[in-house]
Order: sequence, then structure tokens, then C-alpha cells
Amino acid sequence: MIRALVVPLVSGTIFGAGLTIGGMTDPARVRGFLDLFGDWDPTLAFVMGGAVAVMAIAWAIQRRMQRPALAEAFSLPDRSDITVPLIAGSALFGVGWAIAGLCPGPAFAALAIDPLAAAIFLAAMLAGMAIARPFEARG
Amino acid sequence: MTLPGFPDAAPVAGLGGGVLIGLAAALMLLGAGRIAGVLGIAARAFGIADSALPRAQAFAFLVGLPLGTLVVMRLTGDPAPAFAGPLPLIVAGLLVGIGTRLGSGCTSGHGVCGMSRLSQRSLVAVATFMATGFATVAAMNALGIAVLP
Repeated sequence: MIRALVVPLVSGTIFGAGLTIGGMTDPARVRGFLDLFGDWDPTLAFVMGGAVAVMAIAWAIQRRMQRPALAEAFSLPDRSDITVPLIAGSALFGVGWAIAGLCPGPAFAALAIDPLAAAIFLAAMLAGMAIARPFEARG
Repeated sequence: MTLPGFPDAAPVAGLGGGVLIGLAAALMLLGAGRIAGVLGIAARAFGIADSALPRAQAFAFLVGLPLGTLVVMRLTGDPAPAFAGPLPLIVAGLLVGIGTRLGSGCTSGHGVCGMSRLSQRSLVAVATFMATGFATVAAMNALGIAVLP
């Protein structure tokens, strides 16, 4: 039981370190990246590029594995349909991301920087997730 | 090292941070067999969605996020960044929560994990939230709305 927590805890810790080194936990950096038509800061494109490059290799390895190294089976998303909720939800997310310069990962990580601001954002985010629940899974 | 034409950009730190995020997501995928989508993990941890990921593991991942940030802040001694005030934080948090649940993912799930396997849904999601993010900042600039100090 305790052993099973090691992988997610280590993964989360490396993830949080990467977010902060890359600038994702600095709302001004995020805002600079989204200011495409103004004073654009391309730093976050390098963050995404580095992360996607490593994960592309991980997917290539995953396709050759029967099961994960430390769990019974893979449990991965397999949908490929483009739906209205996918697009409408992502559109709303982009607006919220731009307003405060925070997305879910950096918001949790920011508990180590400004606990009050992070907690306010996270409380509203969790409320929003609960609000959206009845509208999910209809395609 | 700086990027020609972009004096404020930090391409090396960005790339390094991105590689760490990729390694963390790869560890979840190849070790635990799961997608390191923070939104989905948070939904599981707080009982908003059911998934095969055990709840304790979801919490362990979320606890790790500020731990990693704390270590980096201590090691670098960088000044703490500024955050928006309560009202914009609440509005933004609601939009992010509603939007990512409807859209089935955020920057990590769709961006890092989905795009790297060329998921059609993730490519559409990322293009959409980038577009509305660019448009929102442009609109805030045009209207003179400054949220960050």
C-alpha cells in the first residue's frame, strides 16, 4: 500500500520542480506567453516542447510493454471523438488560464509559494469541477 | 542564455523544466500505467470523478507538486512570483474548473500527455485553449485590465 504511493509522490515532486524551473508557477510568465500580439515571451513553448519530446519517447516505450513496471495494467484514455464539450470546455479553460495565469498543476504547486492565493484559486476550481459534473459524459 | 529578440525569455530553464515534467509524466505512464493529467488526478483525489487510480495515489501525486516547487524555490532562492487578487483568482478558478472538466483535460493531460501521442482530441483541445488564452490576454490589454501587480 505504502509502496504504491512512492511512484505518484515522486512523479508529483519532479512534476512540481519542473513546473517551477520552467516558469509555469509564475503567473507573469504565463501571461507573457499568452501575450502573443503584445510583448510575447516564448519560454513556455520550450517547457511544452521539452515535456512533449520526453513523453513521445515514453509512449514509444509504452507500446512495447505488456504492463506497467509497478502496476497491474495500463489504464489510459482511448477516446478519439471531437465533441462540443471538448471544444467549449477547452475554450473556457483558456479564458480562465489567461485571467490569473494559473492552470491546475501550477495551482497546486503554488501552495508552496503563496498558500492563500493558491487555496482561493483551487477552491474555485474544485467548485467549477463540481458544477461541470452534470454536463459531462454526454459526448 | 537568452533568445535573440526575446530578452525576457528563459529558453534553457524552460526546456529543463519541460524535460523534468516529461520525465515525471513518463514515470506515471511506465511505472503506474496512468496519465499524469493533473485535472483528472485532482478530480479523483477530491471525489469529483471516479477513475481506476486509487485515491491515495492521486493525493500522493498532488502532495508532490508543492513539495517539488518548495525544493526548487529553496535551492534557487528566486523571489516569490506575484499572484492575482481574490476576485480574478475566483473567476479564473471557476472557469478553469468548469472548462477542464467539460474539456476532459488541462495543460498536462491534453498538452503533455495527449499531444505527445498525437491524440486528435488533445490537439484540438490545446489549439482551442491556446487560441482563447491569446484572445483573452489581447482583450484584457485592449481594455486596460491589469490583474497581476
